[in-house]
Amino acid sequence: MTGFVELRDVRLAYGPGGSGTLALDGLTMTVKRGEFAAVVGPSGCGKSTLMKLATGLIRPQTGTVEVAGHEVDGPVSIAGMAFQNPSMLPWRTTLRNVMLPLEIVQPHRSRLSKEREAYQQRAEDLLAVVGLKGFSDKYPWQLSGGMQQRSNLCRALIHDPTLLMLDEPFGALDAFTREELWQVMRDLHAEKGFTTILVTHDLREAVFLSDRVFVMSARPGKIIVERSIDFGRPRPLDLTYEADFNDVVHELRAHIAEARTAA
Amino acid sequence: MNERWIKAAPWLWTIGLFALWEGAVRIFSIEVFILPAPTDIWEAIVKYWSPIWKNSLQTLLTTTIGFLMAVGGGLALGLAIGWSRAIYAGLYPIMIGFNSIPKVAVVPILVIWFGIGTVPAVLTAFLIAFFPIVVNVATGLATIEPEMEDVLRALGAKKLDIMLKVGIPRSMPYFFGSLKIAITLAFVGSVISETVAANSGIGHMMLAAQSQFNVPLVWAGLVALAVLGIVMYAAMAWLEMRMTGWAHRSGLH
Ligand SMILES: Nc1ncnc2c1ncn2[C@@H]1O[C@H](COP(=O)(O)OP(=O)(O)OP(=O)(O)O)[C@@H](O)[C@H]1O
Ligand SMILES: [Mg+2]
Repeated sequence: MTGFVELRDVRLAYGPGGSGTLALDGLTMTVKRGEFAAVVGPSGCGKSTLMKLATGLIRPQTGTVEVAGHEVDGPVSIAGMAFQNPSMLPWRTTLRNVMLPLEIVQPHRSRLSKEREAYQQRAEDLLAVVGLKGFSDKYPWQLSGGMQQRSNLCRALIHDPTLLMLDEPFGALDAFTREELWQVMRDLHAEKGFTTILVTHDLREAVFLSDRVFVMSARPGKIIVERSIDFGRPRPLDLTYEADFNDVVHELRAHIAEARTAA
Repeated sequence: MNERWIKAAPWLWTIGLFALWEGAVRIFSIEVFILPAPTDIWEAIVKYWSPIWKNSLQTLLTTTIGFLMAVGGGLALGLAIGWSRAIYAGLYPIMIGFNSIPKVAVVPILVIWFGIGTVPAVLTAFLIAFFPIVVNVATGLATIEPEMEDVLRALGAKKLDIMLKVGIPRSMPYFFGSLKIAITLAFVGSVISETVAANSGIGHMMLAAQSQFNVPLVWAGLVALAVLGIVMYAAMAWLEMRMTGWAHRSGLH
């Protein structure tokens, strides 16, 4: 079985010629097309590194990385990314920040000037979905942290990426906003069907959103547990307060505790 | 009420300072060739208005040309250095070495090449104003958030895209901020060169007045320099506000 994102026996060390920190070693994982995968693990185990590998931002020393059936030999140019730090450009309005990927990615790039109206509408619609209707003309510093994170999500999605990479995008938010954005994420994924890899520290988030949770070992990171999450979709938020759900969360928690002490 | 006092404060302090100066000169009957009173200086300004004006324009001209050259050159080199690590590594030590030379020391060489006059003044202004612009532009480019770069590269952005969309807009506050420093330095460069090697400009005028023991005119030259300096600085500060308001409202991190 080949997946949409496939890492095989990957080793990655930072530093010149791989002489520094060994971040990942012997990591193998496969994410199927359209799947929502969550990656959890002890802090510093190489989760962000994994994200950079899967998008071709860095290359492994050994092993292979494949995305959409091709070996990755440079930035994949189909991925939308969102990080914990929203990194909005302060000189652009929210709308223009969200539209930034359209100025980079083909075919939007060459169509943008001709079809600006349509694209703008698309960005406005997306902003409305995440609850930012009417904020498109505001600058990032006029938005709260949660609102910036919402626009960050829009920026990651505006070009209809087939691969969405989320690195703790909800980490800095309050519990209510976070749960609200989970539902937004759930609905967007159901609607558009992009393949998603979500790195998170929040096990409830991982279980609620994903089809499969990958647990990583302490550094050097590799996948130690793959756990399918079989709750039916669409999943209501109340699911997160049910006993079955919490059993899964506890099970994952035990794996991580083990991974931490093993280090 | 309080607000209005704060608004008036710069004027009140300036007037107070001049009053204190005037009073001190009179009470201690300080000789005019040691320290002329503000009224003596004012008299000199009125009396020598025409040469002061003419020489001020000359100094303004050399400063402006030197400054504009520094802006063009500094921007180009700053972008080049911020663009490529190789260019940065190669040029940085050279620039540090060059910047550590006091620019007055270059004036004699410029005089050998170009003779006494406007050209050495312009070039001195250029050489001295150039460095802060380069450093600031390069800093703006070099400090792009790695996350921003990753987001764009994962979209397939080329280096040029990242520079145009992020690097250059981002370095603009640094650039416009450096203009205030650069214009002040260009001014210093011009006046130094005029004092050493010119036959016009405020620097030259002051030197000539000094050799004739016309002390009030020397001081009048100083006042002219202060006025010119403030005007040029204010112009740059205004330009900075106009061009990069977003950076001031948001606080650039
Ligand atoms: N650019 C880099 N240069 C050198 N070492 C790095 C670099 N980025 C990460 N590392 C090291 O690689 C290891 C894994 O880092 P990574 O950021 O992937 O961890 P993480 O799992 O995302 O951590 P966290 O959960 O805290 O976000 C860490 O020990 C880190 O110090
Ligand atoms: Mg991380």
